[in-house]
Amino acid sequence: MFLAVWQGICSAHVVRAVLLPTPFATFAYMGDALVHGSLLADSFVTLSRVLLAFAIGAALGIPLGVAFGSNERLYRSVEFLIDVFRSTPASALIPLFILFFGISDINKVAIAAFGVFSIVMFNSAYGVMNARKSRILAAKVMGASPVQIFRDVLFFESLPQTMVGLRNGISTALVVVVVAEMFIGSDAGLGHRIIEGEEILQVTDMYASIIICGLIGYVLNLAFMLADKRLIHWSGH
Amino acid sequence: MTAAAAMPPPTDVPFISVRGLGKSFGSQLIYEKFDLDLPRGKFTTVFGPNGCGKSTLINMMSGLVPFDAGTVEIGGKDFRSARIGYVFQNYRDSLFPWMRALENIEYPLKVRGVPRAEQRERVERLLAAFEITLDLKRRTYELSGGQQQLVAILRALVAEPDVLFLDEPFSALDYEMTLYIRDKLQTVFMETGLTTVLVSHDLEEAVYLADRILLLGKRPTRVVELIPFDLARPRTVEIMGDPAFVATKQHALHLFREEMKR
Repeated sequence: MFLAVWQGICSAHVVRAVLLPTPFATFAYMGDALVHGSLLADSFVTLSRVLLAFAIGAALGIPLGVAFGSNERLYRSVEFLIDVFRSTPASALIPLFILFFGISDINKVAIAAFGVFSIVMFNSAYGVMNARKSRILAAKVMGASPVQIFRDVLFFESLPQTMVGLRNGISTALVVVVVAEMFIGSDAGLGHRIIEGEEILQVTDMYASIIICGLIGYVLNLAFMLADKRLIHWSGH
Repeated sequence: MTAAAAMPPPTDVPFISVRGLGKSFGSQLIYEKFDLDLPRGKFTTVFGPNGCGKSTLINMMSGLVPFDAGTVEIGGKDFRSARIGYVFQNYRDSLFPWMRALENIEYPLKVRGVPRAEQRERVERLLAAFEITLDLKRRTYELSGGQQQLVAILRALVAEPDVLFLDEPFSALDYEMTLYIRDKLQTVFMETGLTTVLVSHDLEEAVYLADRILLLGKRPTRVVELIPFDLARPRTVEIMGDPAFVATKQHALHLFREEMKR
């Protein structure tokens, strides 16, 4: 359907061919660039940055979120700060990160990791705070210790909300990494490729890169949805 | 079960002893200088007007809700060192859906560090004792409401508690299941002699199940009367026509009406 519309626009010459190649030309180029060119390598660079940023952000965000969530007084005292950080677009902090990390590869990962971190932390904290009191009480009356309650009940109760955070986190990571690749001097990655395609009017390459970005996003999201369904089999019951 | 043999014969020696209990929610005074003695090895049902704090009472006795003043002793010890079995009104929100039914029942034993093999064995024994057949490999949410509440009751019983509290355990079940679980509960009580306290909003049910009906009054809550009902067990639905049953129910209803007029 989408491809038909795309082809239709090209055939009707609504948009100049220099700006919009036909879908066939784009996919043919994409196949070629993946096999013979550097598109595959660039995709891997972007994907590995996304995954690394995600891993770092999640590894810091979950424990901290859970800690904040289980101590409501502590959370209330930093709630405002968390809300501000959560609402600040990570891309707005790119210049700040350039100052701290320079225009290195670490920078792109660091800034995306920060974006992931704030989302994941907020959701984990929220999940723990909104855990159903009755299940916690049930464990308590059975004589469970605070550690046991935490490990056997609170953790699972907060898991659905944590998964929401992780899913949003991975999407954010992709967005921020691609943006960072565009604007923080880099020589690899899909974001770099897209901006370069625009600058030197390599539009077919640009479109191919955009499509790959979309596919990566789609596959990551799908993977999380499937993981969610398997992991949190009880939700909705 | 072994608990029955280990327990001394039922007497009216107080087993649960509440003294000078005080509790308020905000500016609402619920309990003030509240005293109560409940006998060992008896089935007590708690009945009273809406909002008089029936559930709050058993929640305080089981340590789920803190109270402002007074003491609660179970078996001569502070309630905090007693083993408590508790069945919540809402099984859906009290069972752990991430565990299978079997793991739910075993959980109180796991918490106490009972070895795995023994956990399994004690659950098997429990199921056999009450002739319960359940597919315990299932997830809790795959079971029917009645089966889930049964799992919740088994979970409360498995660690051989000193006392079993139940907070309106039938209110989320259909009538057929209510009758079935009620009978199972009676069987459990007869075989174990476990001191049982059940909150009910249905007077007929309260009398049907009870050795003692604890009738509570309006706030600040006081004991209107601890009504004895010593009809032999096992009781079946037929006893609802029994003169003793009718008389006790009438008496309780009369007291309840008088209380509502106050």
